[in-house]
Amino acid sequence: MTETLTRTERKATSVPQRRDSRRSNLLSILLWLCALYFVLPLVWLLIASTKDNSDLFSTFGFWFGRGFSLWDNLVSVFTVRDGQFARWGLNTIIYAGVSAIGASLLATMAGYAFAKYKFPGATAMFSVILGAIMIPLTALALPTYLIFNSIHLTNTMWAIIVPSLVSPFGVYLMRVYAADSVPDSLLEAARMDGAGELRIFWQVGIRLLSPGIVTVFLFSLVATWNNYFLPLIMLNSSDLYPLTVGLAQEQSASAAGGGAQALFSTVITGSFISVVPLVIAFLFLQRYWQSGLATGSVKG
Amino acid sequence: MTVSAGPVPRRSAGATAARRQNRAAYALVLPFIIVFAAMLIVPLAYSAYLSFFRTQLVGGEQFAWLANYLRAFTDPSFLGGLGRMAIFLVIQVPIMLGLALFFALALDSGRIRGSKALRLLFFVPYAVPGVVATLMWGYIYGPDYGPIAQVVRAMGLAAPNLLSSHSILGSMMNIVTWEYVGYNMIIMYAALRAIPQERYEAAEIDGAGQFRIAWSIKIPAIRSAIMLTVIFSIIGTFQLFNEPSLLHTAAPNSVGDDFTPNFYAYNVAFVNQDVNYAGALAFLLGIVIAVISYFVQTAQNRRQGEKR
Repeated sequence: MTETLTRTERKATSVPQRRDSRRSNLLSILLWLCALYFVLPLVWLLIASTKDNSDLFSTFGFWFGRGFSLWDNLVSVFTVRDGQFARWGLNTIIYAGVSAIGASLLATMAGYAFAKYKFPGATAMFSVILGAIMIPLTALALPTYLIFNSIHLTNTMWAIIVPSLVSPFGVYLMRVYAADSVPDSLLEAARMDGAGELRIFWQVGIRLLSPGIVTVFLFSLVATWNNYFLPLIMLNSSDLYPLTVGLAQEQSASAAGGGAQALFSTVITGSFISVVPLVIAFLFLQRYWQSGLATGSVKG
Repeated sequence: MTVSAGPVPRRSAGATAARRQNRAAYALVLPFIIVFAAMLIVPLAYSAYLSFFRTQLVGGEQFAWLANYLRAFTDPSFLGGLGRMAIFLVIQVPIMLGLALFFALALDSGRIRGSKALRLLFFVPYAVPGVVATLMWGYIYGPDYGPIAQVVRAMGLAAPNLLSSHSILGSMMNIVTWEYVGYNMIIMYAALRAIPQERYEAAEIDGAGQFRIAWSIKIPAIRSAIMLTVIFSIIGTFQLFNEPSLLHTAAPNSVGDDFTPNFYAYNVAFVNQDVNYAGALAFLLGIVIAVISYFVQTAQNRRQGEKR
C-alpha cells in the first residue's frame, strides 16, 4: 500500500502543477475504498434493523430482506419488557450529560488554574494528575465498588456519575489550551479594573476557553455514554441500566434462547438507535472539538 | 517575589495580590482535587491494601504479605492473558497507528477529493459504543449467517469461522482497529495542521517528493502527538474488557473468562468473589502498563537524542 502511495505521490509532484489541480485520483480512490471499511459495518447495522428475525439470518446481509420491518422493530424496541429501552436511553442521557458537564467544569477550572497561576504545590499536583492517566480502569473500578458498597451507593445513579467526574486527560488538555488561548495581558487588564480573580475566570476565561471546553465535554460524554464496565459492576436493577448494559443483557438473553428468541432484531435496532445521538453530536460540534484537540496534541 | 525589589508600600500590595491569586488558584483546583482524591487515590490505596490480605474460610482476613502477587506470577490465566495482550500490542497497535498516520498524512497533503467527508467517515466508529461495535461485528463474523461468510460462500469457497479459537484474537484486533483508527488519525491530523507551512514549502519547491516531506519533515514534527497515541494504545490494549466480555457470550469456547487480564481480574472479583487476589491482579496490570509506557517513552527520547 505504501508502494502505491509513494508512486502516485511522486507522480503528482514530479510535474509542476497549479494548486487546484494537485489532487491525486489514485490516492483519493484508495482512501475512499478504505472508508468503506469504516462505513460498511454501520450500513449493515442500518439494513439489519429493517429486517425481522428470520430475514436477519436467511437473507444477504448487505441488502434488504423480503419484508421491511423497521417500523415493527422500532415498536418492539420500545415496548419489549414494558418499554425498558426508553428508560435505558434516558438513564444514558442523564449519566453522560451530568458527568460530562461536571467533568468539563472541574477540568476547566483546574486546567485554567494550572496554566495561569503559579501557586505552591502546583507542579507536584499536576504530575500526579498526569501519572493518573495511566491507571487502568480495573485497578479503580473494583475498590471503588467496594467503597461504594460500604456506604450504600452501589445501584444508584451516583455510582456512575461520581467516578465519571474525574478526567485527568481533560485537565491536561485544558491546561495546554488555557496557556495558549488566555493571554496574561488580558488578565492583568481585568485586574487593573478591579475585577476579582474568580470573576475574571467566569467572565473572561470561560469565554476564551469554549472550544477546549466543548472538546473535553464531548470526550467525557462519549466516555460515559460508551462505558460498560462501571455500570456493569455498580448496578444490578435493570431500571438503572444505561443502554450499553441493557443491550448486552438483551443480547445474551437472546443468545441463551428461551422465550426471548425474537429479540435479535430488537437488539440490533436498539443498537442502531443508541449510536445515532453521538454521531449527530460529533457532526454538529466538529469545528469545536477539532480545534480543541489540535492544541492538546501539538503540545503533548 | 519579583516585586520585593520595589518600594515598601508596593511590596505589601504585591504580596496581597499574590496571596489573593493563590487563594483563587486553590479555589479553582480544589473541586477537581477532591473528586480526584476520592475517586482515584483512595480506591487505588484501598486496592493496594486489599492485595496484601487473604480471606480464608477459617480465620477470616489475614495478612498475606506478597502471596497474592506470587500467585499471580505463576497463574497461567493471568500470564496467558498478558501474553495475548503482548501479541495484541505488537501486531494490532502498529497496524492501527500506521493506518491512522497514513490517513492523516494523506488527508493533510491536500491531494484527496472529499477529504472533509472522509475525515468524518473514518472518525464515526469512535462514536459507536464498544459494546455495540462488538455486538455488530459478532453478527458480521457469524459463520452461518454473517455477511462475510455469505460473500465467501457466494464465491464458492468454504466460509472461514472467524469466531473459532484460532481466529478470535485476529477478529478482536479488527474490532479494536475499526473503533480507534479514526480517533488516532484525528489526533495526528490536528498536529499536522499545526505545522507552519513554510517548514515544508521550501522543500516542495526544491522538488522533494511528498513521501520524502512526510518522512523527514512532517512525521518528526508531530512526534509528540504520535507518542501520545502510542501511550494511549498501550493503556487501551491492556485494559481490553468490552470486546472479550461480549465475545465471551457470543463464542464461549473461543473466548475464555481469562482471555484478557482485565476481564480475568473482573471474573476473579465478581464471579470467584476473591477481591484480594483481584486487587493484586489489577495492581500488577497497572505496573505492567506503567513500565511498558515508561520504556517506550525513554527509548523514544534516546532515539531523538541520537538524531540531534
